[in-house]
Amino acid sequence: MKITEQEVRYVAELAHLALTEEELARMRAELEEILVYMDKLNELDTTGVAPMAQVLYEAEETATLREDIERETFDNATALANAPSAGGGYFKVPKVIEK
Amino acid sequence: MSSTAATLAPPEVLARYEAVIGLEVHVQLATRTKIFCGCPTSFGAPPNTNVCPVCLGLPGALPVLNRRAVEMAVKAALALNCTVRPVSRLARKNYFYPDLPKGYQISQYDEPLAEGGWVEIFVNGTRKRIGVTRVHIEDDAGKSLHEGFEDSDRYTYVDLNRCGTPLIEIVSEPDLRSSEEAYAYLTELKLLMQYIEVSTCDMEKGHLRCDANVSVRPRGAETFGTKTEVKNLNSFRFLKAALDYEIARQVAILENGGAIVQETRLYNPDTGETMGMRTKEYAHDYRYFPEPDLLPLRISEEWRERIRAEMPELPSQKRARFVEQYGLREYDAQVLTLSRDLSDYFERAAAVSGDPRGTANWVMGDLLGALKAEGKEIPESPVSAEQLGELVALISRGEISGKLAKEIFAKMWATGDSARTIMEREGLRQISDAALIEKIIEEVLAANPKQVESYRSGKSGVLGFLVGQVMKATRGQANPALVNELLRKKLG
Repeated sequence: MKITEQEVRYVAELAHLALTEEELARMRAELEEILVYMDKLNELDTTGVAPMAQVLYEAEETATLREDIERETFDNATALANAPSAGGGYFKVPKVIEK
Repeated sequence: MSSTAATLAPPEVLARYEAVIGLEVHVQLATRTKIFCGCPTSFGAPPNTNVCPVCLGLPGALPVLNRRAVEMAVKAALALNCTVRPVSRLARKNYFYPDLPKGYQISQYDEPLAEGGWVEIFVNGTRKRIGVTRVHIEDDAGKSLHEGFEDSDRYTYVDLNRCGTPLIEIVSEPDLRSSEEAYAYLTELKLLMQYIEVSTCDMEKGHLRCDANVSVRPRGAETFGTKTEVKNLNSFRFLKAALDYEIARQVAILENGGAIVQETRLYNPDTGETMGMRTKEYAHDYRYFPEPDLLPLRISEEWRERIRAEMPELPSQKRARFVEQYGLREYDAQVLTLSRDLSDYFERAAAVSGDPRGTANWVMGDLLGALKAEGKEIPESPVSAEQLGELVALISRGEISGKLAKEIFAKMWATGDSARTIMEREGLRQISDAALIEKIIEEVLAANPKQVESYRSGKSGVLGFLVGQVMKATRGQANPALVNELLRKKLG
């Protein structure tokens, strides 16, 4: 087994997801499949090949930077338009006790 | 040491231990716009107005890295003597908090912008190099307001204006051995960042924030003790007080046979104590992974060297030059380089006076004293560098006495006039006319026969009194060296 239900529960908790026992079992099975597939990829010999996180890895990086020039911003009403709760120009969220 | 720290462990107990401290310092870069979008970084805008889809973390919005932020970060890394990676990588640091709308911070993890540098500090007359482990770039979070609203007992208010402001994090090696060294290190970092103009380092605005890793060990021990992380050290005063407290707290635990618990502690400036934060054990599992929305950051050698070429003279280089070129003492060079304004002022004044050491004394003494008394900064000084230089020149050429110069300086300060203007207006000029001084000496001797007698009977200390009487009679304008010489001659 590549991944246990306990590990799935831990990852779910980090992601603030509440899974039912049923979902837990299904997620474990699906993640298992993904990890088994990764094992298959690992059969390839990648010695000397740098890890690639983006397909554009070889692009000229500096060409993708932006200049330090101001662009138009949202006004306050637009910024808060989708907020479930707002007041005094702020987003309002249930009281945060600790970080 | 703070009084709270002293109650935990007496100095003789503390003396048997050594602190091991490393600092993590966040510096806000002085760009016009945010790190991944074109929203302004201006401070004090109405809440949630310096925002856009990117910094609000709206679905589908994509970050584009600010070239200026990269340049400033590279400049900072070079000033810290770090090696800049040709290719570094942005990474997501995942955690949930209301002031982090994306659900992750874009930071750097295993391939930071730069590594392996150092900063030189000067504590108790000794120079010491503090290692810099790494420098990386990241975005700032927004601000949570937990108090101040009528329903603050139920709600936290969130302002996302600060969200996406460019930061660099500078991580030091655990090379600091006392709160004094930590203070000196942070002071030097701040000075460096201000010199190279990558940050204003305004602590009140949160441009410079500091966390510390602290452990203690018996003096002479090789291995490190268990460390705690102390957060919220956001002023120089807090830094020292919090570290002293934390060091004493740990020593007290060890002295009582206890063990240090590895944890994050928050400094409370109101009580002067550090308090353990109740955090869940997996809170530090940030599941870093490469940021898929941004390409690896490539810094070509050519770009890096262009940035290096723009580097102004750094404080440490300037200090060395002041000692070499002007013959100043180390300490004086240290004080005079505490800001670029101050060192520029000194150099301009010294150029006019032709007497660098005399100028240094006047800048560090009378000028800084007068500025401090009125809560002013160098650019607001009513006496310009050139004017002070002229005053110092008058002293070193013997045209006026030091005492008279102080009087003139006070008038320059009050009026903004030059020394010469004031001397002419008030008839203040050093009297170096021997005949005139001799005449005054005769009067003084005639008026003080007792003192003259005791001087002649061997009490040479009386000479000072007589010199003083002559100076008084001339309103301080007589050339003191000449007065001395002539008095001795007259008294035989």
